[in-house]
Amino acid sequence: MEKFWRDAVEFLPILLNGVALTIIVTLGSLILSTLLGLVWALMRVSGIPALSWSSAAVINVIRGIPIIVLLFYLYFVMPDLGIALTALQAAIVGLGIAYSAYQAENFRAGMEAIDKGQIEAAQAIGMGWWLTMWRVVLPQAVRVVLPPYGNIMIMMLKDSSQASTITVAELALQGKLIASSTFKNTSVFTLVALMYLTMSIPLILLVRHFEKQAARR
Amino acid sequence: MIELDDIHKRFGRNEVLKGITASVRKGEVVCIIGPSGSGKSTILRCINGLESYDGGDIRIDGMRVDRNAASIVSIRTQVSMVFQRFNLFPHRTALENVVEGPIFVKKEPRAQAIERGRALLAQVGLIDKADSHPPQLSGGQQQRVAIARALAMQPKAILFDEPTSALDPELVGEVLSVMRKLADDGMTMLVVTHEMGFAREVADRVLFIDGGVIVEQGQARTVLNKPRHPRTLDFLRRVLHPL
Repeated sequence: MEKFWRDAVEFLPILLNGVALTIIVTLGSLILSTLLGLVWALMRVSGIPALSWSSAAVINVIRGIPIIVLLFYLYFVMPDLGIALTALQAAIVGLGIAYSAYQAENFRAGMEAIDKGQIEAAQAIGMGWWLTMWRVVLPQAVRVVLPPYGNIMIMMLKDSSQASTITVAELALQGKLIASSTFKNTSVFTLVALMYLTMSIPLILLVRHFEKQAARR
Repeated sequence: MIELDDIHKRFGRNEVLKGITASVRKGEVVCIIGPSGSGKSTILRCINGLESYDGGDIRIDGMRVDRNAASIVSIRTQVSMVFQRFNLFPHRTALENVVEGPIFVKKEPRAQAIERGRALLAQVGLIDKADSHPPQLSGGQQQRVAIARALAMQPKAILFDEPTSALDPELVGEVLSVMRKLADDGMTMLVVTHEMGFAREVADRVLFIDGGVIVEQGQARTVLNKPRHPRTLDFLRRVLHPL
């Protein structure tokens, strides 16, 4: 145990560098996936067949490709097509796209949970589609959507470790590098696990808060 | 003011309106009665374009109702609707529900809309509930807020779709008395209802609809007290004396 604490003190600064990148990747891809997911979901519920079909197709294609393959594609293949992304950019874009499919399905479920009478009441006072969405559907859908959204955040935090496969020196990769140069596998990976857990706990509490809030309405 | 000319409406293979011709003049209160499933609500929903219709013509002050045309927004601001299940926005307060349309659809200055909104809530007897959310209100209170919301659009006419059918019996009176006051003030109203007392006392005319056609229509007293058609007679007997 004493050895573990010594290792911890020694490795923590390096691992904290990784934590910073983990947070950047997670936040970046969270924002991107939320925006994209909202676009897919709005297309899906637009009532315009061409939009709703193409959104369904995009969602299915994204869902059918493993995140790691998406990341390889963005980082190793895109340069051949003239689009060179840094590893960090590719990680954020890749995770953002991958998770936009889940965000979209969550948002869609939230919007479809809104009583049809709400939409009719909005139409009856002369609201168009956008105004109905903005003033009536989305504010109510948020409450339905938040608890699953929190879970997606937790999954994204953990899946940000996949960015290590395209050389983003986030927490998991830093851990691996230290472990392979010091052979202190137990200390290092225990530390890495604890650090992911520490970052997850606030999110887990947040989900619980969202759930309580949703139940109260 | 509201004119329906030979309206047909089909849901799949089921024809629910089979040629409805009727009109509502300015300031008139017309009640539509009839058994459930007869197409009463569908008529209202066609008039403000919540539902499309397959044949005929609906005109509001000469403007044709077409739910896919841009003009539908203007029609909906001229003809408000009150729903059976109130359909208030639960995430907004009573006052916010009332001023939503004026501010965001009609682009009225906020202060002016709020001032009128408060006056309307006072008119329906709910000024002390201005800051309450719908789930904190009783059904009757919610429906009165919904009426204030309809009035806030300063409509030429209001459509009422069974406004008291979802209410506990003891709450029906407060909503009907608000509606009666509106009628006395000269509001043009088309009301789908099962409240025969209201129809008899407040309506200028009554339409009895069954099976998608107008079976009988005329002055409220005549239709309700001395119906000529056996189907009207039979319906009224069942409504007034259910046992």
